[in-house]
Amino acid sequence: MQNGSKFEKLLNFGKFVVTAELGPPKSADLSIIRRHGECLKGYVDAINVTDNQTAVVRASSLACAVELKSMGLEPIVQVTCRDRNRIALQSDMLGAVGLGIHNILCLSGDHEKFGNEPGAKGVYDLDSIQLLGVASGMKEGRLCGGDKLDGPADIFLGAVENPFADPLNYRILRLRKKVEAGARFIQTQCVFDIELFEKWMEGIRKLGLHERTKILAGLTPVKSARAACYMKEKVPGIVIPDKIIERVARAKDQKEEGINICVETIERLREIEGIAGIHIMAIAWEGVVPTLVERAGLM
Amino acid sequence: MIIVEGKPLPEIVSMLAPFRRVFVLGCGTCATVCLAGGEKEAREMAEALLLYRQQQGEPLEVKVAVVERQCERELLDSTRREIEEADAVLSLSCGIGVQCLNSYYPQKVALPAINTKFLGYPERLGVWQENCRACGDCLLDYTLGICPITRCAKSLQNGPCGGSKEGKCEISAEVPCAWQQIIERWEKHGTERFPEIRPPRDWSAGAAGGPKTVVKGDVAFAERE
Repeated sequence: MQNGSKFEKLLNFGKFVVTAELGPPKSADLSIIRRHGECLKGYVDAINVTDNQTAVVRASSLACAVELKSMGLEPIVQVTCRDRNRIALQSDMLGAVGLGIHNILCLSGDHEKFGNEPGAKGVYDLDSIQLLGVASGMKEGRLCGGDKLDGPADIFLGAVENPFADPLNYRILRLRKKVEAGARFIQTQCVFDIELFEKWMEGIRKLGLHERTKILAGLTPVKSARAACYMKEKVPGIVIPDKIIERVARAKDQKEEGINICVETIERLREIEGIAGIHIMAIAWEGVVPTLVERAGLM
Repeated sequence: MIIVEGKPLPEIVSMLAPFRRVFVLGCGTCATVCLAGGEKEAREMAEALLLYRQQQGEPLEVKVAVVERQCERELLDSTRREIEEADAVLSLSCGIGVQCLNSYYPQKVALPAINTKFLGYPERLGVWQENCRACGDCLLDYTLGICPITRCAKSLQNGPCGGSKEGKCEISAEVPCAWQQIIERWEKHGTERFPEIRPPRDWSAGAAGGPKTVVKGDVAFAERE
């Protein structure tokens, strides 16, 4: 087996890490993954590859992660509970580790209703917390049903949390469940409401969760006020305060203002105790990542 | 109860095309409460079929009856004569009634006039809500009466997903977030079970385990004797 997760080593070393998200193409042509990967090289420490995000059929997360890996990049494979039962999930995780991809992020997944196959049967055999528990068992050589693996799987396990979703006062406890189930890194939903996020982190620190898991704050640069409104209305789990939308709307160059807001947020985030890095989700605007990283001085 | 909904008339007309003598059989329990298969609906169905065949110039003989429940053999037998005289039975019952008819009267064909939707109850007049997935391992004690398997769009068992917003589910502003409701129940009754991690479920107790039979040993044994 390979040498485990580079991403994990960087986090343990105490580096303030940067991860970015890439969405696989809606075709069998994976060249766009290589192009985006090339553009992120040297700017990020690891790259998340989404798993049919918003329930839209795309090339498989694992296949695209293999492409990135072959370019010397460090992929994080996202795995959702929506499309696969515990047999397929465990099998895919074993395959990923076998191919040298150790970073696995477990999610429930956006509901199938949102995608281009709304008649699909959602699986949800496991929920995300159960999936984390199952993957933790695999690290110890144990399958969900109790059967033994012929060898343990070296997985660096991650999860997500949305500090802005309701019921708000349970979001910290939910994160604790994920940590207890084995999540060693957390990537949050994108932060627009920094005050609310700071309050959430305060709660996280009170429980000492930042010492048991590495927390990466999510960020999404907005391209325009219209895009921000769309995200606020249509994308599940995203909360954008009106003052942010108004600020972008007032700007002469809305794209530039979107970047400014992001850079300012990164500066605020770096001051929060317990934040181990940032996770940039610039879907359909991947090219902005190097700019953000440079402007925020994270090189 | 079993919540049902009538099929579109063109679909029914088309499945009945080969038959001349049709027995329209309503069901007096769930389908009646669902306003889809009671006496009124059975009569209206018979009239609609007659009218349609008349317009097409094709003959049709229709008889109508309602039994209390089509899922019990003894109750079906009260209409034995009508069933035997018909070419086909049009069942205004859930899929269970249709299968019962076909199984107890194998020489006849019973067809569904109704789609079986789910297990639930009438929430208010004209609105029926899904409440149970027949998972075979009830956890309503844990959630104090709200089923996350049914009422959470992702059947989550360890708390809400990241899409819950102002008490509503991410799939629709019309659907309450089951986990918000569960947490409110816990708070109201002073129980706090959120921190528990619920392990993966054994779905084979319910829909996933292949066709199932419940056997109550002593009774089944006595019957065999």
